[in-house]
Amino acid sequence: MSEEQTPADTVPRTGPADRVDPGDRGVAPVLPDLGLRGTARWVWRQLTSMRVALMLLMTLAVVSVPGSVFPQRPQDPASVARFLRNNPVGGRWLDRLGFFDVYGSVWFSAVYLLLFLSLVGCILPRLWLHVTAFRARPPRAPRRFERFEVHTEIVTDASPQEVLASATRALRGGAARLRGFRVDLGTEPDGARTLAAERGSLRESGNILFHLALLGLLVAIASGQLLHYRGQAIVVEGRGFANSPSDYDTFETGTAFRQGSLVPFSLTLDRFDAEFDAASKPTTFQADVTLREADGSTRTDYILVNRPLDAGGAKVYLQGNGYAPQVTVRDAAGNVAFAGAVPFLPKDASYRSEGVIKVPDVTSGDQIGLVGSLLPTAVAEGGGFFSAYPQPGNPLLVLQVWRGDLGLDTGIPQNVYQLDSAAMTQVKGADAAPVTLLVEEGATVELPDGLGTVSFDALPRFAAFDLRYDPSLPWAASFAGCALLGLALSLFTPRRRLWLRVRAGEGEHAGRTVVAGAALARTDDAGLAAELDRVLDAVGPQDEGQDRWTSAI
Amino acid sequence: MDLGYLSTLLVWGATTAYAIALVAFALDLARRAEILGREREDARVAAATRDETVVADFVGVNRSVVIDRPGTVVGPGGYLPGRALSIAMSTTTVGLLLHVAGAVLRGVAAGRVPWANMYEFSMIGTLAAVVTFRVLCLRRDVRFLGTLVLGVVVVGLGLGLTAFYVPAGGLEPALQSYWLVIHVSIATIATGMFSVSAAASVLQLLKDSWENNSTSLAHPRWALLESLPSARALEALAFRITAVGFVLWTFTVMAGAVWAEHAWARYWGWDPKEVWSFIVWVVYAAYLHARTTRGWSGRRAAWFVLAGFATIIFNFTAVNLLLHGKHSYSGLDTGS
Ligand code: HEM
Repeated sequence: MSEEQTPADTVPRTGPADRVDPGDRGVAPVLPDLGLRGTARWVWRQLTSMRVALMLLMTLAVVSVPGSVFPQRPQDPASVARFLRNNPVGGRWLDRLGFFDVYGSVWFSAVYLLLFLSLVGCILPRLWLHVTAFRARPPRAPRRFERFEVHTEIVTDASPQEVLASATRALRGGAARLRGFRVDLGTEPDGARTLAAERGSLRESGNILFHLALLGLLVAIASGQLLHYRGQAIVVEGRGFANSPSDYDTFETGTAFRQGSLVPFSLTLDRFDAEFDAASKPTTFQADVTLREADGSTRTDYILVNRPLDAGGAKVYLQGNGYAPQVTVRDAAGNVAFAGAVPFLPKDASYRSEGVIKVPDVTSGDQIGLVGSLLPTAVAEGGGFFSAYPQPGNPLLVLQVWRGDLGLDTGIPQNVYQLDSAAMTQVKGADAAPVTLLVEEGATVELPDGLGTVSFDALPRFAAFDLRYDPSLPWAASFAGCALLGLALSLFTPRRRLWLRVRAGEGEHAGRTVVAGAALARTDDAGLAAELDRVLDAVGPQDEGQDRWTSAI
Repeated sequence: MDLGYLSTLLVWGATTAYAIALVAFALDLARRAEILGREREDARVAAATRDETVVADFVGVNRSVVIDRPGTVVGPGGYLPGRALSIAMSTTTVGLLLHVAGAVLRGVAAGRVPWANMYEFSMIGTLAAVVTFRVLCLRRDVRFLGTLVLGVVVVGLGLGLTAFYVPAGGLEPALQSYWLVIHVSIATIATGMFSVSAAASVLQLLKDSWENNSTSLAHPRWALLESLPSARALEALAFRITAVGFVLWTFTVMAGAVWAEHAWARYWGWDPKEVWSFIVWVVYAAYLHARTTRGWSGRRAAWFVLAGFATIIFNFTAVNLLLHGKHSYSGLDTGS
């Protein structure tokens, strides 16, 4: 502690008594037989000691690390599944120990809960001390000023009474009262008048505010977890969704979610606009939408990646986009077996996208699955194709054909972007190689084996929307703001003490007033000497005494 | 002429100037070591010839008798700053001017604020470090920090220009936000400050060992430590810079959360970048606690500053390049 070596230590501090930890005395702690209550008190004292807080903070840093190294189930379940496939044995153990959900694991929670418990135990007594200290008087003027690094003596014509009055005025400050000193006047047995002043209690206020605000932040985050709901929907241009669980592709809620927070509005994607620079880097994504509120009124608006839309107390975010080729499949009998826009997921910067067209509703024969890629700007190369640019310059569907049973009637939910090929066979050509269909936009192509035809009618885009409702947001933001304010106050408020001793001059100074002053800072404080000078300058016309010597630390 | 190209040239120029300044700062340290080492040797010889017992006394004596006031870095050996130091300072200033011009031109060339990929972060972070150092120099004599600060800066800029370089370009939609201006600029400034405080803490540790007559610092070249402020003053310096850096970092994390809430539909999602920013924050919070815990202040606290700086560097390099998260804005293709 930098203050340790300054004379400050001779002045009692208002800090918590538990700062001197029992373990610090260099003796191994011997546990006396304390009984149950005694033990509980001992544990509590340990827990709320600064040293344990320090240990817990270090532990918190360490236990946070694995979550950045292993894939995490809440964020990326697919990667966790892949990890478990590749490391079956070790992975299972890691899984049991919670390494794939570190921030929800027992051990991580234990560390931060203990930390916050320690914080409460540490800060509440401090708060009490601080409140009572508001009424306390600044410590009395020490006998010898010379032992302070900043001290001075002046002689002035003002009377002792005037000196004390003007010094008090200068110390208390005018309008900015909060930043001023608390001042206490006194008289010593030998008749010398003294002034004791102290400022900087805002430092402690800030410290307490900061810690309590952290606690508030934790509570706000936790209540947000409990009350929130979140839905994700992929919406093709011209379509929309209603704010109801069945309309979302995925929907999850906190455990204390209330049905009432699900305001019935609906949203339509009128148009999606994407622009790219010459190097295929995106420059603009914009979703133009129409919002139909719960009361039936409608308005149009737009959503950008960094500009969510407020709707029904929740926010709708733009999280992704891609193409959803509009196709029509006719079966062998010439009946329309499928017509619709099928979202294909982009796989690279050129928007080469992959998807599956599932055609269960054939009037007769096998069900059909078309698996393949969409190339927005197809370019032929070495017998294959690649996409040269993310915009639809020359859209091409490259499809392979499967026939059999799609497995949609089993009742088990299926991934719409994957074909369950368990009961299907791939259609091969005469050369036994899989048949690949190339379908340009606007074209119709025959399916092999006389299965029918497929037409690529148009190429609308889709937007992936994420909707989140979290009533704790304003609370979390306010607590965070308080924490920041408290932190700045506690780190940057100088804590100073200042004393004056005023007596009538003798000898050559007879008839005048001799003012001795000293100042002390709790921390490294470059402005301390200037503060003392400022006060003495306010005292009135003066000449230097024999002993004018101020210096900064 | 292409502005982006001109900007890169200027940044190369700044790097060169800093490298020259670095050499000059190092020469200055060597000179301090030489002068102070010689005087100590003279004193020892003089004492030895006077009286054997004095030798024993002398060896046991605490070596640090440094006057600890702003503006004086004069050790008992009577070291006074020389030519090398003033050359170092003026080339640093030249480098700084080139650096600022390079950063501004980069912004003009890209048509946006110049901190959106790793090259630009290194450029602005090192700029913040040099500015912090230069501003500190105006208020107190901390020129002895020059070697360490400019060492970090030259390495940072060199890496930026060679390994992380990408040409000036536009912004992807995820970065098109005023939060880029706020969040990233404060983060890089905080990083710059943490580099300076780490430098001060390294010196604090060395000086502290010196004051305690560590045998590993017996070589005469370490006599230069005598010309530095006391370990206590260095710790106070490190603390002040870290305190400012910590407040800025706290703001960075909060602003990041607000931005994440705008862009990614959640304010906190334990993305690797978020995890490591949190770790950085916790380590520096631990530092602030360590300072006020008996038995943990001084040396041990200084290690926290270095640990914190290590997490900052990790957060900037490994997290961007190795751990794949949403914060993949290096602008480089890392082959994921
Ligand atoms: C969530 C965990 C915590 C964090 C992030 C945290 C952070 C901080 C920070 C940044 C400071 C420095 C700013 C200041 O001086 O006010 C600080 C100071 C302090 N903290 Fe904490 N703290 C935590 C928990 C605790 C706990 C558990 C205790 C008590 C056991 C505690 C006691 C203190 C005290 C007494 C100070 C003031 C030190 C001084 O006198 O300068 N804190 N804390």
